Amino acid sequence: MAITRDEVAHLARLSRLALGDDELDHLAPQLDVIISSVARVQEVAAEDIPPTSHSVPLTNVFRPDERQPCLAPDEALAGAPAVEDGRFRVPRILEEE
Amino acid sequence: MGTDLIRLTAAEMAAVIASGETSAVEVTRAHLDRIAAVDARVHAFLQVDTEGALAAARSVDERRAAGELLGPLAGVPIAVKDVFTTKGLPTTCGSRILEGWRPPYDATVVRRLRDAGMVILGKTNMDEFAMGSSTENSAYGPTRNPWNLDRIPGGSSGGSSAAVASYQAPLGIGTDTGGSIRQPAAVCGIVGGKPTYGGVSRYGLVAFASSLDQAGPFARTVLDAALLHAAIAGHDPADTTSIDAPVPSVVEAARGADVAGLRVGVVKELGGEGYQPGVLRRFAEAIELLDSLGAKVTEVSCPHFGYALPAYYLIAPSECSSNLARFDAMRYGLRTGDDGTSSAEEVMAVTRAAGFGAEVKRRIMLGTYALSSGYYDAYYGSAQKVRTLISRDFQAAFEQVDVLVSPTTPTTAFPIGERVDDPMAMYLADLCTIPSNLAGNAALSLPCGLAPEDNLPVGLQVMAPVLGDDRPYRVAAALEAGYADRWGHPLLEEAPAL
Repeated sequence: MAITRDEVAHLARLSRLALGDDELDHLAPQLDVIISSVARVQEVAAEDIPPTSHSVPLTNVFRPDERQPCLAPDEALAGAPAVEDGRFRVPRILEEE
Repeated sequence: MGTDLIRLTAAEMAAVIASGETSAVEVTRAHLDRIAAVDARVHAFLQVDTEGALAAARSVDERRAAGELLGPLAGVPIAVKDVFTTKGLPTTCGSRILEGWRPPYDATVVRRLRDAGMVILGKTNMDEFAMGSSTENSAYGPTRNPWNLDRIPGGSSGGSSAAVASYQAPLGIGTDTGGSIRQPAAVCGIVGGKPTYGGVSRYGLVAFASSLDQAGPFARTVLDAALLHAAIAGHDPADTTSIDAPVPSVVEAARGADVAGLRVGVVKELGGEGYQPGVLRRFAEAIELLDSLGAKVTEVSCPHFGYALPAYYLIAPSECSSNLARFDAMRYGLRTGDDGTSSAEEVMAVTRAAGFGAEVKRRIMLGTYALSSGYYDAYYGSAQKVRTLISRDFQAAFEQVDVLVSPTTPTTAFPIGERVDDPMAMYLADLCTIPSNLAGNAALSLPCGLAPEDNLPVGLQVMAPVLGDDRPYRVAAALEAGYADRWGHPLLEEAPAL
């Protein structure tokens, strides 16, 4: 087995996905099959082969550091789930004492 | 007149609008009528923008009346995959997490369509965040294949392919991360092109796997696809991965249609066992046709292509797990579980669990696994090395031949529901298309007949080197002309009436 149900539950937490038991039961064996299958890449990934992260080589794409028009605050906030005083209103981000 | 109008090619529509024989408004109305008549059954569109489309069409007619010189596709309607941001028009990416979201800006592709005077009819259905090969992973229900409503239209751009195949639009825009333009084009019997990576701007294309995502055209003819390709391609400073080079002369190539002396390589590794017999039969006929048109056909080996699929299913999920972190319930999109006591982290996890579908969750978790410390080198690192090997295979092949060919996908359209809970079976649909995403080269799918066993369309894939986008259009146009001689009519005319 490539991955256990407990490891899948840990992955869900890392991925910020609050999955129920049913979903974990369903996903865990599927992920196990997929991971076992894709592990084949190791067969040919020899040490001397350089990795490719991007197919078309590009380095340091810059633009002039000039002021440009951007979204107005009301446009940027228009899709927000909650807004207060011209800002994104979010649930508490600090743990309670 | 309306029925006739929708069956014209995009080039013909542009011509009858330009000549004043008809108006952009009339052409647009004909398509809106067609959508109203058939889309309840096909479900290609998530959103039809009747008002916006008619306004765009009116503007073209007014500018034409004022004597303005307009572009080659002015007034022609188009269907846009719902993965592109459209200012003020809902953009969902087929996901609950973006239900009702109205983007504050247009994607560069959308801006270019508007600048070309094209009429955006609406936004088309797709697998959620472009993850899938059947459009069944849409949170808003599947799209159906116009050839057989019980079959999938391919994916992830299945809404756009089905819209074009069912005459709801002459042109469509899709995106192709692992085959999501070419495979739907193949199974719907139309033309679909994946430009060279960086050939078309990704600005405003909601990211799935940034090093692989590429926008491209759907059309019913090779020339129409080339005209659309030319309209959307070209350097965009807003996308740092956009290539700053002239757009390959795809329209000229589509008009050239000459393959005499062209060296064509049949990829040995893409065919044989696991492929539907009718797909292999039509593919073999396409090779014979190329030969009869004067091309020099040889077999070419790309020994690492067998590792492309596993490498893709490590790289794409890894990039997706990072890209989809932006759906955090804070700045836009869905937020659930905000009861005043839950933490931001809890709200985030509850929202993402409620807002994402099963395939998106699978891929986020797979990517999180592949990138986690202790596994990174074995999985993501190895996959990146395979990516190098795939590029080297292409380089070696393109020293021997000008283009490579293969079936676009191993089977015709499979029944809705057949693979939905078998991820590995679903992933096989992209077996032949993924290598070109990993290497970033240009590729295209065109119809090459119907499989005798099920009367469903088969696609032929033509692959060319990076920035060699003109070559697949040249080959496809030559084949299209050859098939027109053989069949006496376009393949789509064999599709049952809706």
